Amino acid sequence: MAETPLPFFARLVLAWTCFFRVLFDGVFARDVSNVQTRGRLPEVRPPTQSMPAIPPPPPADTALILLGIFQREGRLVDFLEQDVTSFSDADVGAAARVVHEGCRKALRAHARITPVRSEEEGTRVTIAAGFAPAEVKLSGNVGGSPPFTGILRHRGWRALDLSLPIPVTGHDAEVIAPAEIEL
Amino acid sequence: MSKRDKATKSEAHDDARYVVGIDLGTTHCALAFADASVEKARTEVMPTAQLVSQAAVEERELLPSFLYFAHASEGAMALPWDAKRAYAVGEYARTRGVEAPARVISSAKSWLSHGGIDRRAALLPLGAPEDVEKISPVEASWRYLEHLGEAWDARVARGEESGKLGAQDVIITVPASFDAGARELTVEAAMAAGLERVTLLEEPQAALYAWIEAMGDGWRRHVKPGDVILVVDVGGGTTDFSAIAAVDRGGQLELARVAVGDHILLGGDNMDLALAHVVKGKLEADGKEIDRWQMAALMHACRSAKERLLSDTKVATAPIAIAARGAKLIGGGLRSELTRDEIEAILVEGYFPQVDAGARPVARPRAALTQIGLPYASDPAVTKHLAAFLARQADATRKLEGFPAQTGGALLHPTALLFNGGVMKGVALRARVVSAIDSWLAADGAPPVRVLEGGDLDLAVARGAAAYGLARRGRGIRIRGGTARAYYVGIESPAPAVPGVEPPITAMCLAPFGMEEGTSASLPPHELGVVVGEKVRFRFFGSSVRRADGAGAALERWGKDELQELAPIEVTLPAEGRRDGDVVPVRLQASVTEVGTLLLEAIPIAPVAPDERWKIELNVRAPE
Repeated sequence: MAETPLPFFARLVLAWTCFFRVLFDGVFARDVSNVQTRGRLPEVRPPTQSMPAIPPPPPADTALILLGIFQREGRLVDFLEQDVTSFSDADVGAAARVVHEGCRKALRAHARITPVRSEEEGTRVTIAAGFAPAEVKLSGNVGGSPPFTGILRHRGWRALDLSLPIPVTGHDAEVIAPAEIEL
Repeated sequence: MSKRDKATKSEAHDDARYVVGIDLGTTHCALAFADASVEKARTEVMPTAQLVSQAAVEERELLPSFLYFAHASEGAMALPWDAKRAYAVGEYARTRGVEAPARVISSAKSWLSHGGIDRRAALLPLGAPEDVEKISPVEASWRYLEHLGEAWDARVARGEESGKLGAQDVIITVPASFDAGARELTVEAAMAAGLERVTLLEEPQAALYAWIEAMGDGWRRHVKPGDVILVVDVGGGTTDFSAIAAVDRGGQLELARVAVGDHILLGGDNMDLALAHVVKGKLEADGKEIDRWQMAALMHACRSAKERLLSDTKVATAPIAIAARGAKLIGGGLRSELTRDEIEAILVEGYFPQVDAGARPVARPRAALTQIGLPYASDPAVTKHLAAFLARQADATRKLEGFPAQTGGALLHPTALLFNGGVMKGVALRARVVSAIDSWLAADGAPPVRVLEGGDLDLAVARGAAAYGLARRGRGIRIRGGTARAYYVGIESPAPAVPGVEPPITAMCLAPFGMEEGTSASLPPHELGVVVGEKVRFRFFGSSVRRADGAGAALERWGKDELQELAPIEVTLPAEGRRDGDVVPVRLQASVTEVGTLLLEAIPIAPVAPDERWKIELNVRAPE
């Protein structure tokens, strides 16, 4: 197991979590320091206190497939990877049309998306007790007890379903777009 | 006409659980089905799994009719049911059509109906590199049907033998204008793809079946005896017209297809290309250069712009943006726009001009040395083709029993209009067709047409084919009609040879107009001599207007354009029981099979074995 190198995205997540644990967990920081300076892992010790386990991140493959679709249909990665500051609004606008048309088509072909709230934005709505906090986010003067009355600022979005292509054998999800060479 | 064991054959279809309709289109295929074991079965469209990029399979409602031969270096074009396939069918093949066009087959169906070539010869893709093993137009159609079959088997059958597409009752649609030869080749492709229970249906009829299904029981309120329904079907690659009459038969409404148009290679792709050329001209005027890849992207962008401008009359301009090809998206792209005025000028006036009823398509004489290619319509005006169709078919309902005679006029008078095909989604184009027809009718003193609304124009043909499958099992009205043409064999009259003058020819009718499926024509009295052991060819003709000729009728002269020459027919007599070189007198008999194909047989006057007869091959390559 120790021989297998971690894939890039797993490393990214690891680096992120390590950063915070080194900052806030002295014992962990000492162990990392040992590995870093002496090139060896700390001795296995019985845990002195129970550490909450961080669940592993979801597999990145499906997210990469979706990224691949947005690139293929709407050139999204090209758009985001390019520095827009030196271009005129007209140039950025022309590119945005390509991205918008392609990505919108791709989004509609692969996901059914509907607003969480059907009311118009700007109207007064009342939220009864027992609402799902994942569905409705309260902002402003948050306090008191439900029902809450306030102004709908954003309708929210919910994916009703998402259908992704079936990867075929030989598929490499990490290649978002292949290089193209014209003969 | 004698009925051939019709009952037994149609019963054989009834045990299949599903009726399946396949729209085998020039630019797209689609498959719809209905579960016949359910009491009130409705048709559904099956999304077809296909490669959409090099390594991803998705289910889409339409299967683009494109076939791509991958280069060895690309690896397999893997599908869930075949990891090693060397070619791709569908969306990815269409994409590759832009990137590597020499390896892609498109418009196989137009090749299939092109009588000037050997349609069983491996010639597609034209101009392919040497490592590509070319295939015939028949095989290309076979591969599309095979793909649909595999997608069905993977999705519906799931390993059950009785659930496979080959075990279902399959209806494949063909243009009404397909002649006997092209119909037979379509069945040949279906058989090769393992579809054993196949029936052919004309696409405009399928569109009407789909409309009837979409309307539910309410359709009878919209169609009355005496109606002539004109179906105008403008798809991606072809334009097809049909007229269907509603007849009162002893209190029962009956539908009869009374006329079909000629094969016109003209469709939405031509229109998108015309728009792309206009935008290209605008960009070039600004000093921009357009390469092949950008031209294809331009065609795509023009199609979207066209659909927006044609469907929403409030939109004045639609922007066109073509991205740069490299990873640097911003700055390198091309920008232009299409205006409503341009769309009106190019599409509405160019392809659907408001012409009078006497307008006819302009035939451009073909250059003597033409490259091998498709016989595209030389006049892009759909309305002129339509005027010509209505004029040619002015008498279409005259002999129809129980149908009120049309009073005067030089045109067939449609009373109702049904649109089909992706192009007819354009509101402005539909409006123009209606106004053109109404002006012709008004000039003839006839009332304007009503438009039969409803239905999805992209999927109607597949759905309608499945609905026909149900109707055939007694669950809905059937459109009668039989063959849309009469067929003739050409016999050279004995005459002294005159240099430079073709010997006069007599056209003898073998199959009268409107032969129903499962019937045979009577044996014509004429005898023809065929030589044992040799291939004997005859010239072959079809007519979509001569309704009165019975089997055996011999025409020495006929009106201009009444008869069209088709690919020749050929018979080879085996030597069994006869000597090579002997001349055997035979009579030719035509039948229409249950599948819907024309069967020609040579029957010897003096048979040496019981029930001796030889099949005559249609679709022989036309002489150079």
